[in-house]
Amino acid sequence: MLDRVAQAQHTIEEACRGLDRQITVMEVCGTHTVSIFRSGIRSILPDKLKLLSGPGCPVCVTDQGYIDTMMRLADRADCLVATYGDMIRVPGSDGSLETRASRGNVKVVLSSEDALQLARDNPEKTVVFIAVGFETTTPATAVVVQEAAREGIENFCVLSNHKLVIPAIRALLGGMNDRIDAFLCPGHVSVIIGSGAFREIVRDYRRPCVVAGFEPLQILEGLAEICRQFAGGTAEVKSMYKAVVTEQGNIAAQRIVAECFEPVDGYWRGIGKIAKSTLALKEQYRRFDAFARFGLEDKPGKEIRGCRCGEVLCGLMDPIECPLFGTRCTPQKPIGPCMVSSEGTCAAWFKYGRRN
Amino acid sequence: MCLAVPARIIELEGDRAVVDAMGNRWKAKTTLLPDAKLGDVVLVHAGFAISTVDEEEAKKTWELFAEIENMGSEKFDG
Repeated sequence: MLDRVAQAQHTIEEACRGLDRQITVMEVCGTHTVSIFRSGIRSILPDKLKLLSGPGCPVCVTDQGYIDTMMRLADRADCLVATYGDMIRVPGSDGSLETRASRGNVKVVLSSEDALQLARDNPEKTVVFIAVGFETTTPATAVVVQEAAREGIENFCVLSNHKLVIPAIRALLGGMNDRIDAFLCPGHVSVIIGSGAFREIVRDYRRPCVVAGFEPLQILEGLAEICRQFAGGTAEVKSMYKAVVTEQGNIAAQRIVAECFEPVDGYWRGIGKIAKSTLALKEQYRRFDAFARFGLEDKPGKEIRGCRCGEVLCGLMDPIECPLFGTRCTPQKPIGPCMVSSEGTCAAWFKYGRRN
Repeated sequence: MCLAVPARIIELEGDRAVVDAMGNRWKAKTTLLPDAKLGDVVLVHAGFAISTVDEEEAKKTWELFAEIENMGSEKFDG
């Protein structure tokens, strides 16, 4: 293994030596962010290679408007809110789900199946599943929506905020931050959408897109591949995670998602509205749509005062440049979502920053 | 959030499976991986198998987990 580390490092150094400017690589996956920081990869990279963390942590990119809607539903006596653990501590304008959990109408689930089971077990309540996540997580939501429809479990609904990674990359390159030179693409999102999904980014923006797994060696080899492409003046899609990522992805998962969901315009923290970037339930499943059921609108919320998470998410500033970072905003008392989520860029900087 | 772990299917009935990773067992569904068979090693995310994994790749991840666990206990003991 050490041979491969040395070889990757050598490729990176050789390629960077020949470059006349710094190149910026963005990873768009919270799990990559954590792995990069934990392993200390940044500390061994040459100055000419800069890594940025992009909008890849689902908790972090969720707009404040959605978070406040989620709190309103958790305040209703007739609702039971089921959420993955990541969302529980995110602050709304009035407390978090955690502060509401003591009242008994918020439950943490490990799977969408558990949320549907809660609906079966609590017929007197409407179970609202907080459906947050990128393409890896969406199929699990689609499966239970179909299951609920089949079984006629009418006291179940989902508040969908499932996001799509390609429109986010396009929004960045299309104006938010076009200084990004290449992307380290998310491994498990690619299991579902396939590495081929990134071809349009290469075609339209000529940026190398390299899919990598989550072990430090794979990330380092992914960066070496990006550097190799730069040195050779090419831009391609390449997967370093062939053990699980195919060109076409998981077709069965794509099919079930397409049956249930359709892309609509959606709000992202710090980026704003991105066309066709968020998944909403299709007409035939509308009765399981929490927005429709409770007459709610998915509209942007008021940003938290002083919080610079939006700029951090776009790679426009490092967390350390935010005046709240490490002073008023810490993992123990987070103000912004990038500090709340264990996969958030600010949390990673706080925890590992000193040695990176 | 998009993290998935490799685990072996040790029971399978329809799309309902029990999976095992290093002795930890839990329920998962194979709805998204209709060709999954008993004994296959699969990546599991939020209760669903999303891809098959080859044995070697899975072993690397399990070894890494074991290493992290040992690091934790060493720290705790020492």
